[in-house]
Amino acid sequence: MSETVLPPIGMLAELTHRCPLQCAYCSNPLELLKANREMATEGWLSLFDQAADLGVLQIHLSGGEPTLRPDLETLVRRLSDRGVYTNLITAGVGIREGRIDDLVQAGLDHVQISFQGALATTTEKIGNYRDAHFKKIETAGKVRAAGLPLTINAPIHRHNIDEIPAFIELALKLDAERLEIANVQYAGWALLNRNSLMPDRASVERQVNVVQEAQERLHGILAIDFVTPDYFAIYPKPCMGGWARDAFMVAPDGTVLPCHAAGTIPGLVFERFGEKSLADIWHASPAFNAFRGTDWMAEPCRTCDRKEIDWGGCRCQAMAIAGNAAATDPACIKSPFHARMAGLIEEATISGQDAFHYRRIGSGVTNHAHNAAETVES
Amino acid sequence: MMTPQRQRILLSHRSTPALKPHVRLQYDKVRQAWALLSPEKVFWPDDVSLDILRLCDGTHSVTQILEELSMQYDAPIEEITADVETFLQDWSDRSLVAL
Ligand code: SF4
Ligand code: SF4
Repeated sequence: MSETVLPPIGMLAELTHRCPLQCAYCSNPLELLKANREMATEGWLSLFDQAADLGVLQIHLSGGEPTLRPDLETLVRRLSDRGVYTNLITAGVGIREGRIDDLVQAGLDHVQISFQGALATTTEKIGNYRDAHFKKIETAGKVRAAGLPLTINAPIHRHNIDEIPAFIELALKLDAERLEIANVQYAGWALLNRNSLMPDRASVERQVNVVQEAQERLHGILAIDFVTPDYFAIYPKPCMGGWARDAFMVAPDGTVLPCHAAGTIPGLVFERFGEKSLADIWHASPAFNAFRGTDWMAEPCRTCDRKEIDWGGCRCQAMAIAGNAAATDPACIKSPFHARMAGLIEEATISGQDAFHYRRIGSGVTNHAHNAAETVES
Repeated sequence: MMTPQRQRILLSHRSTPALKPHVRLQYDKVRQAWALLSPEKVFWPDDVSLDILRLCDGTHSVTQILEELSMQYDAPIEEITADVETFLQDWSDRSLVAL
């Protein structure tokens, strides 16, 4: 292939699929791995060494709930010794007293805590966990007391889209540096629950106004990152910054993937760290090279002047909605399937569905089509 | 609980800018370039930005930074002031530099 392969900058390490919460919007795959499939400490340490050698500068420690790994301090210490910036992505519940301080001692740089709602009742309902909201607030306080910068992640869908002003208040109250208003990406469990999560057009329009107004008002006070909803978009997002371009993710068992939902693309084989070196996988894996750069593109992307801006969008969304992973992301107005995607919004509205398939190990419906996520929800 | 009113911090010439805790400038051997690591983002500052950032050590005041840069670049202070001030205010607004 003719594209030059640059070193990766970022890595998302899904250390475990275990999680005390059961969020219906979770982007993890439906077939969650049990603890006995997780890579051992030595495996992660050697993966992190190779990642640092390869040029990775920032690692997002995620899951599931990464603090369920008792070896998290050891992992963080190794990354910090190697100069890699560490970001802990946590649900913020069930973290034992003193653990945040231990992680800071080990060299942790930053914490991102997800809030399923801005109100306690919403947080409890979405995550299906009693007192979750209160515990998250406590964890946020410990993070700030330890002097670490804090990001609040707010995964947005029909059930909390009207809580955005309250999310902003909450982020200020918790002394967060950043608030991520992240509309749910319909992959994994979120795709399974799409009809129960999809907001309507009027709410999305209101949301855009509220966020823009807050971004201006809070300039220099609170950074608000806005991950807009794909289904309502005109152009797609550069999923993962482009397939295998500068970031990748690793599943709990050490499988190395270009993105969250890549496993839903038939015909691609993903390799496991240990069987191959990370450098080998990054440079030579046929799955990584399948959609790298722009050579694989067909029309309308091939001749489009945005092709190096959005890299044709999300491959898994193309798979899920256009039925072809090499098609233009249907979020794009130039895709022949764009109308079908918009139609799914109406479908969700008229479906009348509101109940969730809660995310639990062993309860995922297998063989259900799912698509891709661009950001990390935890 | 009362929400404490957080305010945007504005640059003054007495400010002594410093990189925020958990923001760090680090030489990347793989790419042979200076990287600025921050929560969720990696920046690749150009040479001029690097010269400013290196002076953001918490001891130099903005006035001293301007004097130092004016020597380094052999340029009159008045000529560089606006650019340096804009840079520092912008990096403060993005939570990378504390003023
Ligand atoms: S046609 Fe392809 S490259 Fe152009 S905007 Fe749409 S997805 Fe992006
Ligand atoms: S979204 Fe995060 S907190 Fe919720 S179930 Fe999934 S991994 Fe757990």
